[in-house]
Amino acid sequence: MNKVVAGAEQAIKDIPDGAVLMLGGFGLCGIPENCIAALVKKKVNNLTCISNNAGVDDFGIGLMLKEKQVKKMISSYVGENAEFERQLLSGELQVELIPQGTLATRCMAAGYGMPAFFTPAGVGTEVAEGKEIRSFNGKEYLLEMAFDADFAIVKAWKGDTDGNLVYKETARNFNPLMAMAGKITIAEVEELVPAGELDPDAIHTPGIYVHRIFQGSNYEKRIEQRTVRKKN
Amino acid sequence: MALTKEQIAQRISRELKDGYYVNLGIGIPTLVANYIPAGMNVVLQSENGLLGMGPFPFEGEEDPDLINAGKQTITTVPGSVFFDSAMSFGMIRAGKVDLTVLGAMEVSENGDIANWKIPGKMVKGMGGAMDLVASARNIIVAMMHTNPKGESKLLPSCTLPLTGTRCVKKIVSDLAVLDVTPGGFKLLERAPGVSVEEIKAKTAGKLIVEGDIPEIEV
Repeated sequence: MNKVVAGAEQAIKDIPDGAVLMLGGFGLCGIPENCIAALVKKKVNNLTCISNNAGVDDFGIGLMLKEKQVKKMISSYVGENAEFERQLLSGELQVELIPQGTLATRCMAAGYGMPAFFTPAGVGTEVAEGKEIRSFNGKEYLLEMAFDADFAIVKAWKGDTDGNLVYKETARNFNPLMAMAGKITIAEVEELVPAGELDPDAIHTPGIYVHRIFQGSNYEKRIEQRTVRKKN
Repeated sequence: MALTKEQIAQRISRELKDGYYVNLGIGIPTLVANYIPAGMNVVLQSENGLLGMGPFPFEGEEDPDLINAGKQTITTVPGSVFFDSAMSFGMIRAGKVDLTVLGAMEVSENGDIANWKIPGKMVKGMGGAMDLVASARNIIVAMMHTNPKGESKLLPSCTLPLTGTRCVKKIVSDLAVLDVTPGGFKLLERAPGVSVEEIKAKTAGKLIVEGDIPEIEV
């Protein structure tokens, strides 16, 4: 078993045009920067991207949108990307907007081997169109399906050579859920350590879910909204 | 005088209770955090995966891995905990969050809310709003009473795509505090110097006025 690859280019080298990808992160927090750069460089096209957000115009998934590599986005919120909004309103880009909790749970369900689940989010709205509705204890719920993604690409803080992962703070977000959900899961980490160095009690993603891992480099970790208070 | 955004947030803060777990939406709702009464223990939930949201960091101490649902840099407080997005919405769906405060473009007299889409114009997405309104036990909407054209945002029924149905319990606008009741919007308080007649004129949905309506304390 050797999960360790040299870098992003090797990790994504077999991702074909038309693939369905999951990309971890919330806003620009905890996004797989190295793999996104490699996907842009490799010019993979016609992608379906499942990601909570679509980056900003010049960072994150926004870099792939700019090169028109994305055929369809499945997201919950895309407000920070003007190019995204332009492509969407002009019909160049397909988009499926789904509630954030539904997005997270569709990832989780895939990782837990459950084909579907019921949630109340979206009952009585256009999200419910065409979906089975069932009542439990007098409340209505929608039937939502687990995602089916070819590749999940996630970013963790630390990882080991067996693929075990630990995330940092709110950079965790969708990463552990997507890590569980990919047919092939690729993890880029800030620090790669030998198996045995991470505390088994503190691991967030067990390595069984991770197929390829590498230590990334040059993380920009761009802040979207820098909010501070003054020291008195 | 209509309330400022800060005064709307301040008025909403009076709905907080000790021990509450609270989710604050983007915009005016975020400001409510500035008015949590001293000595009251309120835990803020940020749906990107944090319980126990603290204030903004000091200049130079921003941490790009630590943000809130509005993507702002924040801090933790003693007792804070991080978790993934599924657990975050799990606790929301399971009704563990005591109070949700969010903004709205429109609210209808039966408590429907629209705040995520203007067809053909603005398509930002619903984020976590649909999950929150479908499951929250208590939802307060912070909003302007009218849109920039002066048209009422409190309607007989919403015209925009819905975020959720029959879920809003209370509205604090720049003009009034209202409960959403089975009979319509019930006027509870009015902004200082704002008459009941003005609120009536600016409320398109059914407005219930019973007895004297006190002014909001600011």
